[in-house]
Amino acid sequence: MLSNLNNRKIITLLKVQYSNMLEYRVEIALWAISGIIPFFMLNIWTNNNLNESINISDVMLSRYFLSAFFVRQFSVVWVVFSFEEDSLMGKISPYLIQPLNPFFRYFAQHLAEQITRFPFALTIALVFFIFNPESIWIPNLLILFLSIISTFLSFIIQFLIQSIIACLCFWTEKASSIERLLFIPTLFLSGLLAPIVSFPEYVKSWIYLTPFPYLIDFPANLLSGNSTNVIGGFSMQILWILLLFPVFKKIWSKGTKKYTAMGS
Amino acid sequence: MVQNIIDVKDLSKSFDISSKEPGLKGTIKHFFRRQTKSLKVIKNISFEIKEGEIVGFLGANGAGKTTILKILCGLIYPSEGSILVSGYQPYRRKENFLKNITLIMGQKQQLIWDLPPIESFYLNAAIYDIDKIEAKRRIKKLSDMLEIDDELFIPVRKLSLGQRMKSELLAALIHQPNILFLDEPTLGLDINAQRNLRKFLKKYNKETNATICLTSHYMKDITSLCKRVICVHNGSISYDGKLELLLKKLTPVKEILIVCRSEEDAVKLKNSGFTVKNKINNEITIKVENNSITSSLKTILNNFDIEDLYINEPPIDEIIGKILIKKEYVI
Repeated sequence: MLSNLNNRKIITLLKVQYSNMLEYRVEIALWAISGIIPFFMLNIWTNNNLNESINISDVMLSRYFLSAFFVRQFSVVWVVFSFEEDSLMGKISPYLIQPLNPFFRYFAQHLAEQITRFPFALTIALVFFIFNPESIWIPNLLILFLSIISTFLSFIIQFLIQSIIACLCFWTEKASSIERLLFIPTLFLSGLLAPIVSFPEYVKSWIYLTPFPYLIDFPANLLSGNSTNVIGGFSMQILWILLLFPVFKKIWSKGTKKYTAMGS
Repeated sequence: MVQNIIDVKDLSKSFDISSKEPGLKGTIKHFFRRQTKSLKVIKNISFEIKEGEIVGFLGANGAGKTTILKILCGLIYPSEGSILVSGYQPYRRKENFLKNITLIMGQKQQLIWDLPPIESFYLNAAIYDIDKIEAKRRIKKLSDMLEIDDELFIPVRKLSLGQRMKSELLAALIHQPNILFLDEPTLGLDINAQRNLRKFLKKYNKETNATICLTSHYMKDITSLCKRVICVHNGSISYDGKLELLLKKLTPVKEILIVCRSEEDAVKLKNSGFTVKNKINNEITIKVENNSITSSLKTILNNFDIEDLYINEPPIDEIIGKILIKKEYVI
């Protein structure tokens, strides 16, 4: 699957998808704005002094939620919806008979969208700093690098989960409804609404066995400078990718045998 | 000796179809106990296609011709039988096989909607490992053949259907495939665009010796491109052979409209032993078998005072229409 991928294919895919995404820049700006849920959560937490119960200062909490906003901006995935539409309408047919797995197109689409989203996310962060100057911090280069890597790994985990669900289109046709089942656990267990550290101990031990805390909580803690298990976090992210990738490969291979090229 | 590039033996394909009775009762029943049945859409068909051949697949809607093309290009898996296309089993979708074929569907597009076609061409060039200089050369050559130029730099959404179809063709041919699967390539195009497309396909076949498998409901596509046709009826092959032979056999008799100088001549002609279809004043229509047309015309011109005459061929759509509803045609 990855063997026929070379630098030129990757760069051309990214370039073309970036040009395509620039056509939707207003839509992407609105999407970026719509992702400000961590700021609402920050407001709820600080106004109710909830952070005192978990021994996190106001400043560290605001940095956490700003980091959560950033991680979310660069790890959001919608491949299940695109694939479902393309599959049901027969639009993936031409791509299936090209020597490149169609999921690489979706992957490049997501990366290109993230690049387009970057200036808007940065503007939102600047506005946040204007209102919260005490929260301004500059992470050192190593932390920044590790945060970018962990955000990218978080994106890959989410991309793989959604791609596996997307492949169910070959059997159920409406795979996005299955994806919605994951919406609630993602929202509560990823750290988007509350840092995982705020959960009771026995719940935490279970949560850390799922992929959810490594989607937002781990990269956000890393970026904001909160204490976190760096090696453990990265190991779990890589472990989940290693577990999910073969599942995706298998389900893709089985699914394409079921493909009926509907709508074409 | 020209080699077979496509070899199909006892190919069958079945689809699982769920059925629902009408009304609320049917809906509730369907919700709790979904009934599916297996529908065999392709039934044990066998055929071979030689390198460089242009073959038309004819059939009514739902006959199975598009399914055959989809199986041949590897888009869907066969249920039974063996298929070899260019030495590969298409459903395995090996990279070298995919680099050898293309599928163009009249109603589907692969071009990126919001970008000019040139972007999709360069993307396809990268996907098929064609270097940039070679890609530029091929784009230039194909765009000259297709007579498109400025359109390459206009977003796809702003192109006309004909311009879009030409661009689709260019995108699908940039890797110079040996085998083209074309499913209704002229669908929705105006007469001039259809003619240009046919002209291009003829030229492409002549220059590259590419094999072309084509389905179309426009008979002009079939008659001007295909020497051989495969007629598909309910998933089975009802005829496989030369189009010319089929048409000859299906229309053994031609009609000749003769305009005589006087009605007297028309009456004389009516009583001279020809099979007369009708006679109106000095115009008479006779039916003559294909193999005796020349001798019949000689007799008429030598013995009667003729002002004008017309040989009428029955419309090809009508003849083909007859084939599509028949189970089998043995020639």
